Amino acid sequence: MSDASIDITTKSAKPAELEPKEASFGDYVLLLKPRVMSLVVFTAFVGIVAAPVAQPLFISFCAILFIAIGAGASGALNMWYDADIDRVMKRTASRPVPSGRVTAQEAFQIGLALSVMSVVFLGLATNWVAAGLLAFTIFFYVVIYTIWLKRATPQNIVIGGAAGAFPPMVGWAAVTGDVSLASMLMFGLIFMWTPPHFWALALFMKSDYHKADVPMLTVTHGRAATRRHIWIYTVLLAPVALGIGVTQIGGPLYMAAAVVLNLIFLKGAWDIRARSEDAAEADGYATEKKFFRFSLYYLFLHFCAILGDIALRAAGLSLGGW
Amino acid sequence: MAIREQSDMHKRRLSRNIGVGLSLVAFCVIVFGMTVAKIREGSKMEAFDHQPRVSMTPAQEGQSGGTQQ
Repeated sequence: MSDASIDITTKSAKPAELEPKEASFGDYVLLLKPRVMSLVVFTAFVGIVAAPVAQPLFISFCAILFIAIGAGASGALNMWYDADIDRVMKRTASRPVPSGRVTAQEAFQIGLALSVMSVVFLGLATNWVAAGLLAFTIFFYVVIYTIWLKRATPQNIVIGGAAGAFPPMVGWAAVTGDVSLASMLMFGLIFMWTPPHFWALALFMKSDYHKADVPMLTVTHGRAATRRHIWIYTVLLAPVALGIGVTQIGGPLYMAAAVVLNLIFLKGAWDIRARSEDAAEADGYATEKKFFRFSLYYLFLHFCAILGDIALRAAGLSLGGW
Repeated sequence: MAIREQSDMHKRRLSRNIGVGLSLVAFCVIVFGMTVAKIREGSKMEAFDHQPRVSMTPAQEGQSGGTQQ
């Protein structure tokens, strides 16, 4: 940087006019979608703890950190590519890129640099199977979902859900160096849970996706079809959730929790399936809102139950056969 | 020309610079900690390929174990 360029931003000029929307450090943090990161951290943590091999605590910490950074990097790349969509929609217009605080080019550079860094360091800290899975997750979210399918198909939520489902699998691989039935079922749990979770939200949130030309099931196929889809995916989700109970990470506590949670979830999905749009509008989408709120607890409690069974086994309180 | 201490740019970018600085310090600490952790668990590894050294793994029952010469 030349001296002249430094001088231009000093007293003589009006910085507020020259650079009215200069980014703070917090804006760069927002670029990494910290709220999405919290789910990634939690599920990757469960994947690591559930793995049947011990790992030094600091290496596990590093693994979770690099998985979270990888997720954040894909969030930044998503914001880079989707800046045009984000600018149009109210919900996303205040994000760092559409609001002009961070340039799209900066988002791209940060996303790319953090992607490479997180994959390389996860590989060095743990193993290259986990690093490969993380690289694939980033590629899947950015290229397959964001660039290719998000604007092309109303099934975008289903496909995008896969990217969010990888972290426990990456966490498991970071410890064991491989993929197992248990880790695939943890992937399946999040993957199958995502569509009913988001479509329930889409039913009561009148979003402006159509303004941005993003095909959403509620718009392309109608709200009745969305209700049917919620029911179908919830039915398909139940055996995946229960299946975890008969793997090495399941146990009596998990199985009991899964049975109760899935019965409640199925009941909610059926209620949504059975009611008409008029009835929903009459009570302000109460059933859909209740189902959406419960879906958050549903996923969280499943993973908590896995941790609970690990704690029971560690305390020597597990039942025979599990 | 020297960068002035009271530059407005410095004031505006203070939080960003502190954030970047702390992130770099945290990164150094993590790399150092990772190195220590890997060395501690690496006592059974060969240096050239970072693979567990068979000759140092304890023999299991019913097996001769390791490299018996």
